[in-house]
Amino acid sequence: MTEASSTPAASGRRPSQRTPSGPVRTAEQIVEIVSDSGEGAQKAGQSFAAICAQMGNGIWTVEIIPAEIKPPARSRAGASGIRVRFGSDRVTNMGDSADLVVAFNEQVLYGRISQDVYDEGLVILLENKWATDRREVVRREYAEALEDFDRRGYNVIGVPMEEECLKLTPTPRLGKNMFVLGMLSAIYTRDIDLALNEISRVFARKGPKVVELNQRLIRAGYDYAKENIDLSFEVLSAPREGKQVVMNGNQAAGLGVMASGMEMVAMYPITPATSISHYLAGVFPGVGGCVHQAEDEISAIGFAIGASYAGKTACTVTSGPGLALKTEFIGLAVMAEIPLVIILVQRGGPSTGLPTKVEQGELMPAIFGSPGDDPKIVFAPATIEECFHFVITARKLAETFRTPVVLLTDANLATGMQPFPRPEVKEEWLAPPIDQSPWDPEVPPYDWDEESGISPRPIPGQRGGEYVLTGLAHTRGGKVAYDPESNQTGCEMRSRKLAALRRTLKPPEVSGDPEGDLLIVGWGSTLGAIDEAVVRARSEGLRVASIHLRFLSPLEPGLDDIFARFTKVLVVEINYSDPHNAPYIDENTRRFSQLAKLIRIRTRYDVDCWSNVHGQPLSPGLVYGEIVRQIGALKGAER
Amino acid sequence: MIGVESDWSSEPPPRYFTLEDYEGGEARWCPGCGDLAVLTAVKRICRDEQLPPEKVVCVSGIGCSSRFPHYMKTYGFHGLHGRALPVACGVRSRRPDLHVWVATGDGDCCSIGAAHWIHAVRYNMNLTVMLFNNEIYGLTKKQTSPTTPQGFATNTHPLGAVLPPLKPVSATLGFTNVSFVAQTVDWNIAHLYATLKKAHEHKGLSFVHILQRCPTFTPGVFDDLQSDPERILLLEHENGIPIDPAVARLYPKKLVHDPLDSNMARILADRVEELPLGLLYCDPDRPGYEEFTGRGIGMGVGEKLEFLNRELDRFTI
Ligand SMILES: Cc1ncc(C[n+]2csc(CCOP(=O)(O)OP(=O)(O)O)c2C)c(N)n1
Ligand SMILES: [Mg+2]
Repeated sequence: MTEASSTPAASGRRPSQRTPSGPVRTAEQIVEIVSDSGEGAQKAGQSFAAICAQMGNGIWTVEIIPAEIKPPARSRAGASGIRVRFGSDRVTNMGDSADLVVAFNEQVLYGRISQDVYDEGLVILLENKWATDRREVVRREYAEALEDFDRRGYNVIGVPMEEECLKLTPTPRLGKNMFVLGMLSAIYTRDIDLALNEISRVFARKGPKVVELNQRLIRAGYDYAKENIDLSFEVLSAPREGKQVVMNGNQAAGLGVMASGMEMVAMYPITPATSISHYLAGVFPGVGGCVHQAEDEISAIGFAIGASYAGKTACTVTSGPGLALKTEFIGLAVMAEIPLVIILVQRGGPSTGLPTKVEQGELMPAIFGSPGDDPKIVFAPATIEECFHFVITARKLAETFRTPVVLLTDANLATGMQPFPRPEVKEEWLAPPIDQSPWDPEVPPYDWDEESGISPRPIPGQRGGEYVLTGLAHTRGGKVAYDPESNQTGCEMRSRKLAALRRTLKPPEVSGDPEGDLLIVGWGSTLGAIDEAVVRARSEGLRVASIHLRFLSPLEPGLDDIFARFTKVLVVEINYSDPHNAPYIDENTRRFSQLAKLIRIRTRYDVDCWSNVHGQPLSPGLVYGEIVRQIGALKGAER
Repeated sequence: MIGVESDWSSEPPPRYFTLEDYEGGEARWCPGCGDLAVLTAVKRICRDEQLPPEKVVCVSGIGCSSRFPHYMKTYGFHGLHGRALPVACGVRSRRPDLHVWVATGDGDCCSIGAAHWIHAVRYNMNLTVMLFNNEIYGLTKKQTSPTTPQGFATNTHPLGAVLPPLKPVSATLGFTNVSFVAQTVDWNIAHLYATLKKAHEHKGLSFVHILQRCPTFTPGVFDDLQSDPERILLLEHENGIPIDPAVARLYPKKLVHDPLDSNMARILADRVEELPLGLLYCDPDRPGYEEFTGRGIGMGVGEKLEFLNRELDRFTI
């Protein structure tokens, strides 16, 4: 195909119908903007997603972030950008292959092709200035790529983005993203006024001149697409109930911190957790809060613990490598019973691993990381909405159970944007003022309730409550004790807290058939992909269901009963396990994924697992494929 | 304190604290350990300043000296090796009403916790930091510390510590935003008391380097300082540590040193022939991090809810 010609998106994978002369109606679309770093693709995509959400679509975004700040231009590994999936219904995950991608050069597309996120029929709107670049090598690379894309069955539409932008600005590299936003608005029949408003909001701080220029670029892109690109889609929206908010998981967690009444977040920068503190740093003073950037992760958690000990339950945010450093302090908080909230935004490991990519590799370290027995509460939100509400719950649990609470999110939730019902802020969410009433000196500092292990906590300033908190083994009275009985008792009391909490939890809901061939068990950010795969498999007659765990320590109750109703239980997650048929691995040496290990400890079931460490959010297609394979194997074995 | 005013009136405070009110568990340091003198001095200061025990928090790391909080009947936090300072800063961050004393050893502060030492000095929060320098790891039984004298035989360097010792006072004087550095010795109780009292009064982080005897593992390392008064250089100044006449009599070598003179402070700290005793540096006007961490303390619920709603509106579509 030639560059100038344009083809309608003939993906054919989703039912779509073209109205006589209007746009093609489709239930959903997956759009990507991919560029070199620093060209504003993410900003354009986020704005586009926000506009879709404003028009009533469900959305989910995934950011494509290279590990370097400014990787060389036109490099494959430097692909930076965003995926926006939007549809008529609620969208819960990134989906499978993209429908349309806007690319600022052809090389960054290879970065994405290597992630296996494109299929035949993909439409590419490609900056075509490279065809006439003064460097021979660039012209050659571009021509070769076009031939290759053609072979792969992609439909390329060349767009002179830079040339068009040059008509409005001498620095087109900085304006192209707005031009793209305009093009997408035209192609997807978005309300242009929404785009213009969104941009005036985003750039409000930069002044009217900047806003005006960006709005002109949007219009230029819009007009260009209307005149030159013969693509037009309509993604109808479902009526929305009540007010909705749209934000990403890290913003939701940051808002949750404020709504929980916590006033201190102590942190050390680490991707992908840092943006919680970026968000909070700007707004926290509005609720009297403070972000403390410490000299390292150890100091950050120590500072938070100091504030908590003195009566203001504090929070620390981090990712895997930071968790490793905080481990000794977490153990102290468990031992000395100090409330604390740890928001752990997981990324790829081990070691520095895949800093900008997703993995669920911190489950075991979060639950079992410290030396000795360290029972603590660990739970994981599965949606953006839960990122908000769970932080509020976390503070309450930390104070009620006088213990650290770890909230496990991940890079996928951190940057994924999704609308959810606007929370109604409640006064009871906020922490009460520090108790400074006199303490009954007859009540020891660890007056453990035999059944729950819970005890009230004297706070500095409370007359009569003076005690010395220590990480050494201690008695009910808080006195250092090395005798066998005291240590045994202390461990038992702390352990009972988890048992007490577990008694208050409900068994997970089974989504899909209440019984059947295969049960998928997941946790965290993979909820949407698993659900979607299960729905698809069930629509094809497969007897499959899923459960999604929120509480991991203590583990939710009722698992044995649910497992008993299925022929096979398969844990699906994104951390490492030896694949089933891996060479040199047999059933004795096979290592399971993390939740699978946990479930194998806590239930009577020989659960299987499927996982990968590709650094990618889980896609429904992968889960669906595994469901088909697993059920096929079960049926084969039956025969 | 209870007293009668010049017009014969007297208003006894509702609570009067005696030394006993600060008396914690029985101290279990070795006989002759210098830590005891420091403990006594701090209790006396609490009593003399009439600090309500519930408003005092003693924070420490791990080590013999870090047992300090257990022997006070106040609030205490005996945490992790090397990590007293982050905890102490956290305590102060939202509780400017608490008096925070930090007990830390030479291993605790200058080795495992060295990063926090630098940064806590720079944060300059209102803490009284007591570095108990016995020039050895005590609790773990005689391993080399960063301050162990070169050539001194330890269990990890039986042929003698290899490198020249780190100088805590010189180092601290080099940290940006340092606001108070003093030096004293456990065996001169009057000077120790006066120094810690001045440190407690200082607004900001006061760093007090205390040469502390360990009769068990480093007996004799301070012998010459103890036996030869000529080895001590007593710092005097109207803004310095008030000098007890007995102390003045004991140490013949004196120097008038303005605590604002940081260049002179560095020169003095590096002196090897004699040990400067007193306030080396004090600048009461250094910025303190608490002004930042404490903003918004006590904000009302109504104001918070209003802000939260406004913030949610920003995300509402
Ligand atoms: C993480 C960690 N590493 C090592 C130790 C062992 N440890 C306890 S105290 C100490 C050294 C104490 O020396 P110092 O700080 O000088 O205090 P001192 O006992 O001399 O008063 C060490 C190495 C520990 N408790 N924790
Ligand atoms: Mg020592």
